[in-house]
Amino acid sequence: MPVLKVNGQSHNLAVPDDAPLLYVLRNDLKLNGPKFGCGLSQCGACTVLIDGQPVRSCVTQAGAVVGQDITTLEGLGTPDKPHKLQRAFIDEQAAQCGYCANGMIMRAKALLDTTPTPTESEIRVALDGNLCRCGVHQRIISAVMRVSREA
Amino acid sequence: MNAPFKPRFNRREVLAGGGSLALAFSVPVSAAAQAPATAPAAPRLPGDLQTNRKLSMWLRIEEGGKVRLLVGKVELGQGILTAVQQVCAEELGVDFNRIVITSGDTSLVPNEGVTAGSLSMPGCGTAVRHASADARGILVDLAAQRLGVDAAKLDVVDGTISGEGKQITFWELVSGQELEVEATAKAPLRAKDKRRYIGKSIPRIDIPAKMTGQPIYVQDLRPDGMVHGRIVRLPVYDAKLVSVDTSGVEKLPGVLKVVRDGSFLGVIAEREEQAIRAAEDLRRAAKWDTPKDVPTWETVYDWMQKQKLQDKVIKNEPRKDRTAAAATIEVEYRRPFHMHASIGPSCALATLGDDGMMTIQTHSQSVFETRNAIAMMLGVDRAKVRCQHVQGSGCYGHNGADDVAADAALLARAQPGRPVRVQWSRNDEHKWEPYGAAMLTRIKAGVDGNGNVLDWDYQLWSTSHGTRPGNDAGNLLAGQVLEKPFPLPTPVNGGPPNYAADRNAIAMYDFPSQVVTTHFITSFAARTSSTRGLGAYANVFSIESFMDELAHRAKVDPLEYRLRVLKNERGRAVLQKAAENFGWATWRKTPGRGRGIAYAQYKNLATYCAIAMEVEVERNTGKIRVLRAVAATDSGEVVSPDGIRNQIEGGIIQSLSWSLKEAVRFDASGVHSDDWISYPILTFSEVPKIEVELIDRPGQPFLGAGEASQGPTGAALANAVFDAVGVRYRELPLTPAKVKLALS
Repeated sequence: MPVLKVNGQSHNLAVPDDAPLLYVLRNDLKLNGPKFGCGLSQCGACTVLIDGQPVRSCVTQAGAVVGQDITTLEGLGTPDKPHKLQRAFIDEQAAQCGYCANGMIMRAKALLDTTPTPTESEIRVALDGNLCRCGVHQRIISAVMRVSREA
Repeated sequence: MNAPFKPRFNRREVLAGGGSLALAFSVPVSAAAQAPATAPAAPRLPGDLQTNRKLSMWLRIEEGGKVRLLVGKVELGQGILTAVQQVCAEELGVDFNRIVITSGDTSLVPNEGVTAGSLSMPGCGTAVRHASADARGILVDLAAQRLGVDAAKLDVVDGTISGEGKQITFWELVSGQELEVEATAKAPLRAKDKRRYIGKSIPRIDIPAKMTGQPIYVQDLRPDGMVHGRIVRLPVYDAKLVSVDTSGVEKLPGVLKVVRDGSFLGVIAEREEQAIRAAEDLRRAAKWDTPKDVPTWETVYDWMQKQKLQDKVIKNEPRKDRTAAAATIEVEYRRPFHMHASIGPSCALATLGDDGMMTIQTHSQSVFETRNAIAMMLGVDRAKVRCQHVQGSGCYGHNGADDVAADAALLARAQPGRPVRVQWSRNDEHKWEPYGAAMLTRIKAGVDGNGNVLDWDYQLWSTSHGTRPGNDAGNLLAGQVLEKPFPLPTPVNGGPPNYAADRNAIAMYDFPSQVVTTHFITSFAARTSSTRGLGAYANVFSIESFMDELAHRAKVDPLEYRLRVLKNERGRAVLQKAAENFGWATWRKTPGRGRGIAYAQYKNLATYCAIAMEVEVERNTGKIRVLRAVAATDSGEVVSPDGIRNQIEGGIIQSLSWSLKEAVRFDASGVHSDDWISYPILTFSEVPKIEVELIDRPGQPFLGAGEASQGPTGAALANAVFDAVGVRYRELPLTPAKVKLALS
């Protein structure tokens, strides 16, 4: 019965230790940010931060992250008070369907935490493992660059 | 300008429902208006008003200063709801934020068919525009009576009608009355200099929620009592479930039920991971009969030519003068199967209520036809099934959305009262979505001594691009495998000529002659259906590659070669604009680099799009690096410039992904492209810089932009690669291995 610390709050959860973190976040904590995309750690849609590191929650067992700080998209900001990355994605209209956006924003957050003013090519490298099918890559790069400029 | 609008209306008691004032506009008492939509007496109405003629089907003036806009088209990430909200706000004369949209609920909205084919702006946008203008005209007319002020002296600002020092709001006006009127589409549209919304890049209404994790996708729905379903799909096409011992699975923790009906096999469990585990165990327990003799992804081009063909000459204008051509050139082009490959696998919820009503939340593009197909599968009246559209991951055509809705309905029928959520796995989606059909094309041109086309003969071979639900359970994966199966309907090459497999098969150039023949195949090598652009991708790739070949053969600049035989002014304008923005005239060739250009008017009647591209080819690896793509498009009157740019950019990137990397691999042992490793798509490091210029055409019809750029992208790429290394690639995709082989 893991106790998970998510977005600053502790939760006692009646779930098996080997339940994928993604399903615990989505189904038990009713968080919508992390998305199911592949369950194979291939697309990045399920990305969350664990102690600041980007992690694919679809292949992470809930029991393995007990005591660690888990941050989801909801932990960054809200529609009324969006995080600067969320604000930048909105300003750049960096979405079509938006299904991949969680992973893009969370991965970009981890990048900016270590590299506050990344170059365009550093952004491309950081996001290369996050898949987008609608083809909004250029807008996503612009959104991250916008935050970088404002840093 | 249009004639003044003089509606007739009846005053009745208001219909108050659910706390909202339902301002029902319906039919005036006249024979013409009461006639069915198809009768010749009914005047032709623009867009989807033609089939949904009452204003009350589209608009409600609701309590609390709101306006409800009801639309049958649905949001797929293409921004359609924001665009139609802009149109409504503009023409009705209210602030954008007053409008609340209901979309894609079969119990509430006008039936606008399928959200596909770049038809949402022409169909829905146009209908909403005229319905809103009509409604404003009626409201102004009412206000004129109430205020005693001539209608011509009244102005509308954010739902307040004022003039000569008097004013009244829409919401005050319609209290206690019901207006009954059919759309006329005769009310004047907002003058261009007074517009607040049309032509402006209004931020998308759905993006803030999507960027902050608000529940907006069907995957995010969690009604009380929800349980999780998973389906065990067949191992290969046309397999049959011989036996399955379900006893072990039924004892697993959380498992509520195993559902088997013929070869349909599913499981319902309390928790998602329990359903996944149970489905894995069921898969291991299942014994299947599998067919042996099937075509493979590599033999499909030969296979196609050996099938029974439905031949149709869709254009037959041979040359009248019989002079011999100086030379004849004949080539073939090939495109493989490719996937929609949504990032989020298909998902649906279904609930069988106490009243026998099956309610389904779905990201289907065709809520009405899917409802009808599911009702047929369940053997119930259509009125007993309700589909509600909720957004999903981008689909780009007919993917697993409808099939998973049918899966959910079958499981929900077995578990009455509990909402059943079925989420396809990545493997399910990759292996079972209907692919974009592989195509083979053959072009033969006779040219004169200067290399100009005299004879143009185009042939194409294709399986179906249209197996959408279409009101028939035989189109649903689950329906096909039940104990009493529904047969897959024999495919037809849908729509008018030049529309499905042969979309854009008629070249838009003014050649002295042109003969175009479609060889349509009704059997299947792999499951196929509508994928962004249908046949246009292969046809434009073929025509525009061949134009490039002919230009090089004639030693004429490929842009100049096209312009010689393109009379259409709007087509010429996008070609010239793309070339200008690319710097075509001043571009200098350097080793390993090349440029290409291509053009098409989508469906020969929608958006004009030209793309110029620069690439670099690494000779030792065969790797193609796309450096930049410059597009110019004309989508008629522009509602949202950024919305169109987003579609064109996205279309270019998706098409580069198809053209550089994608091919579905399958053989008798099944589909081998079953995840993102075995079916890679374009990533950040491979995406070029893209510039898009829009040519706005105020006063011209909306043309729809979602599928305009894919065809020209593929051809511009191949043409640029030819320019770079002198090798012509006629088979997609242009993988490094293929390029390296040709260069060695």
